[in-house]
Amino acid sequence: MALLDVQDLVIDIPTPNGVLHAVSEVSFSVERGETLAIVGESGSGKSLTSLAIMDLLPRVAKRRAARLTFEGTDLLSMAEPQMRKLRGNRMAMIFQEPMTSLNPAYTIGNQLMEALRCHEDVGADKARARAIELLERVGIAGAERRLLQYPHQLSGGLRQRVMIAMALMCKPDLIIADEPTTALDVTIQAQILRLLHDLKKEFGMAMILITHDLGVVARVADKVAVMYAGAIVERGPARAVFKAPSHPYTRGLLNCIPVPGRTAPGTPLGAIRGQLPNLIGRLEGCAFRDRCDFATPECAGQMRYIPIDASHDVRCIRVEAQKAVA
Amino acid sequence: MLAYTIQRLIVALSVAITVSIVAFFLLHLSGDIAVSIAGPESTPAQVEQIRQQFGLDRPLVVQYLDWLWKAVRFDFGNSFYFRDTVVSLIASRIPVTLTLGAISLCLSLLVAVPLGVLAAVYNGTIIDRLALSFSVIGQAIPTFCLGLGLIILFSVTLRWLPVSGASTWKHYILPSIALGWYAVPAVMRLSRNGMLEVLSADYIRTARAKGLSPRVVIFKHALRNAIIPVVALAAVQFGFMLGGSIVIEAVFSMHGLGYLAWEAIARNDFPVVQAVVLILATIYVGLTFLADIINAFLDPRIRLA
Amino acid sequence: MSNIAPSIDPATGPAQFDVAPARRSPLSAFLRRARRHGGLIIGASVLLVIIVAALAAPLLAPHDPYAQNLAQRLIPPIWHPKGTWEHVLGTDKLGRDYLSRLLYGARISLLIGVLTVAISGVIGTVVGICAGYFGGRVDAVLSYVITTRLALPVVLVALASAALVGGSLEGVIIVLGLLLWDRFAVVTRSATQQIARTDYIAAAQAIGCSTPRILFMEILPNILNALIVVATLEMAHAILLEAALSFLGLGVQPPLPSWGLMIAEGKQYMFFSAWVIGVPATALIFLVLAINLVGDGLRDVTAPENRT
Repeated sequence: MALLDVQDLVIDIPTPNGVLHAVSEVSFSVERGETLAIVGESGSGKSLTSLAIMDLLPRVAKRRAARLTFEGTDLLSMAEPQMRKLRGNRMAMIFQEPMTSLNPAYTIGNQLMEALRCHEDVGADKARARAIELLERVGIAGAERRLLQYPHQLSGGLRQRVMIAMALMCKPDLIIADEPTTALDVTIQAQILRLLHDLKKEFGMAMILITHDLGVVARVADKVAVMYAGAIVERGPARAVFKAPSHPYTRGLLNCIPVPGRTAPGTPLGAIRGQLPNLIGRLEGCAFRDRCDFATPECAGQMRYIPIDASHDVRCIRVEAQKAVA
Repeated sequence: MLAYTIQRLIVALSVAITVSIVAFFLLHLSGDIAVSIAGPESTPAQVEQIRQQFGLDRPLVVQYLDWLWKAVRFDFGNSFYFRDTVVSLIASRIPVTLTLGAISLCLSLLVAVPLGVLAAVYNGTIIDRLALSFSVIGQAIPTFCLGLGLIILFSVTLRWLPVSGASTWKHYILPSIALGWYAVPAVMRLSRNGMLEVLSADYIRTARAKGLSPRVVIFKHALRNAIIPVVALAAVQFGFMLGGSIVIEAVFSMHGLGYLAWEAIARNDFPVVQAVVLILATIYVGLTFLADIINAFLDPRIRLA
Repeated sequence: MSNIAPSIDPATGPAQFDVAPARRSPLSAFLRRARRHGGLIIGASVLLVIIVAALAAPLLAPHDPYAQNLAQRLIPPIWHPKGTWEHVLGTDKLGRDYLSRLLYGARISLLIGVLTVAISGVIGTVVGICAGYFGGRVDAVLSYVITTRLALPVVLVALASAALVGGSLEGVIIVLGLLLWDRFAVVTRSATQQIARTDYIAAAQAIGCSTPRILFMEILPNILNALIVVATLEMAHAILLEAALSFLGLGVQPPLPSWGLMIAEGKQYMFFSAWVIGVPATALIFLVLAINLVGDGLRDVTAPENRT
């Protein structure tokens, strides 16, 4: 049984101009200890997907799905008090902006201990001990002193480590990391990713890593799901997707990245022409067709997933035609 | 924090001094004070005598410095109208005004802050609309009209509360409501907006993601940050209330500082008027200084800078 | 590249990809939003009624507002059993018709509101724009002036000044005009600061536009939105303050029909004839409410992000 099973997740947001279909029929699953990377550009709906799993969507957004289960329990019909027992406890989330994700009015220690004590009945000293242990585990020296500090006294990289420690306080089964390194310096990004990867292994957690950075994906992900305009256009084992990208969007993304040693200097970097479509109103067909070199009139019709391999499939009816050209 | 405090203190002191200059020259700009004191039927000789008696023939700057020098020692001279020193007059009246101001502030905070928090938490719903409408309508009612209305309703029609005076605690109920009323819309809107802003902050999202209960999220995480500007505003509003109590004291015939000022103004009792303006302004400056310090203290980012 | 597809019906048609929105002029967009703002509509309507009533007072008033008739003192309004149609809103302690005094009183309130705001608006805007545009020392000095003005107990100083100047309509207007400029200054200062740092101002300076030209032609039009909102709200403030001053006997003097004065004159009768203060009080509340609704509404419609 998969740890997290999502089938046909839909997120709609009513606007004055009509209903915005932010996420359309997204399906994926995550096994215990597995890392799934959800890749896509801004506006692809990846963050909303993760918020939907935790039921943290903004009030105006409406979610529905054929299936949304965690450890076999249905999340869709779960009442809020039960959801609260799961959040931070069995599934935890790390957000993108470490600078603003911690409450400036309380100490680090206070916020860390609170994460544990709201779920487990432990004394203050036990909570404190666990906080120190986790701070050290995420690589923060002088943990005892840090407990008494306020968020503004720490750098961005340190704050993100604190966020990670906070997410681990209850030893969750699933961690959702929404662009955990985007707001950080490039040099720190690698460290944080490495840290997440090691911790995941050590604690035996599953992880959903949301990112727009393909380089990140290659290093840490077991599975990849590529999202575009609210739908998953390609998914499969990371290696397979990278070796044989089958959706024009995925290939376009990979083309944009210069590879040291392989891309000749002076080569123009690939770019995907066009821009994200307007997602208001009924959607039919492939959202990518206006930017695709292989599009045909058929692409405006019903879409389906074409399998490439055992667990690798792609939402494109022009797969064969692409292969011929590639 | 210390440097910040000292800086604010210097600003406060210099503003207080500037205000004292304004207060002093304001009255002297009206023309010849000696003439007003002497009265319309006085002879030039009498006017001249008065001028010398009160030292009004000295250069204005000298008069000002003399006045200020005595003022910091709480010597404001004698009242022209009342047979008493200005200081003892003020001392006897100020408790009423301070009590009135304090009760009004407490009442308005007790109403405005919860209302603002509710409006923010239930943003967009009927509760929010009601709170906002209440604030709009509240601001349109002049304080003296409200005072009179309250008297008609509670004192005359229902006979629950006394009409005027300031002797028992019952006498303070209606005036406090009338005086505090005006501050409610501003405080409520500030609480509401502060809460709204805070509730959409990232750290609230983090708190929810940790699985904390709504009560903890609102009271521990959100309110603690949203209340900071409200505290500062409350201090300032207290200052307004002290200054604006003049109207309420007139309506309810309460013999406080405002009432004294009114009587003094009507009778051209300059020493009293100058003293009251200076004292009220200094209290106000002190309150804004206090508000700044409280603000800074409550925000760890400034406190530990 | 841009696909302008045919008809879009969000309910049934296919989704649009790449459609540019139709162009609308700012004025029609403004009117469209204004029409939907309930508060603004109500406020503007009431205000319009009051303005028309005030302007047409000589035509509408059934009696001379100053004509005394001691035989007909304190007649209650029409909804009272003792009321008569000759004096629809009753008479005051000197037998003067209340409706007529109310109408002429509207003139006084509006006059005070408009003139006071004109004076304080000019002072405050000049201070604010200079502080915001020139920054540095100028800003430091002007901000200090604003802070000092804010430290003064306004009601008290207004009272004292009005008494000194002698209670009169002109006196009140001048005193209030010279005192109530602080909000103008604060708002225009921050609005100017935001604009002064934009690129088009830098461009204007680069091509050698003279400072007064920049201030008038570039900055002023852009802060006009905020300015109008503050003006309406300060108008209400001025009207309330004048009513308070007149109530305390130090504002407009009798026999002028200021609503505040009418309330003061009626105070002694309020125990038995509540309408003596009720009628002018209600008029005052309506006027101030209408102005506030218009001010809030304008702010919501022109710049909702500034909602406070």
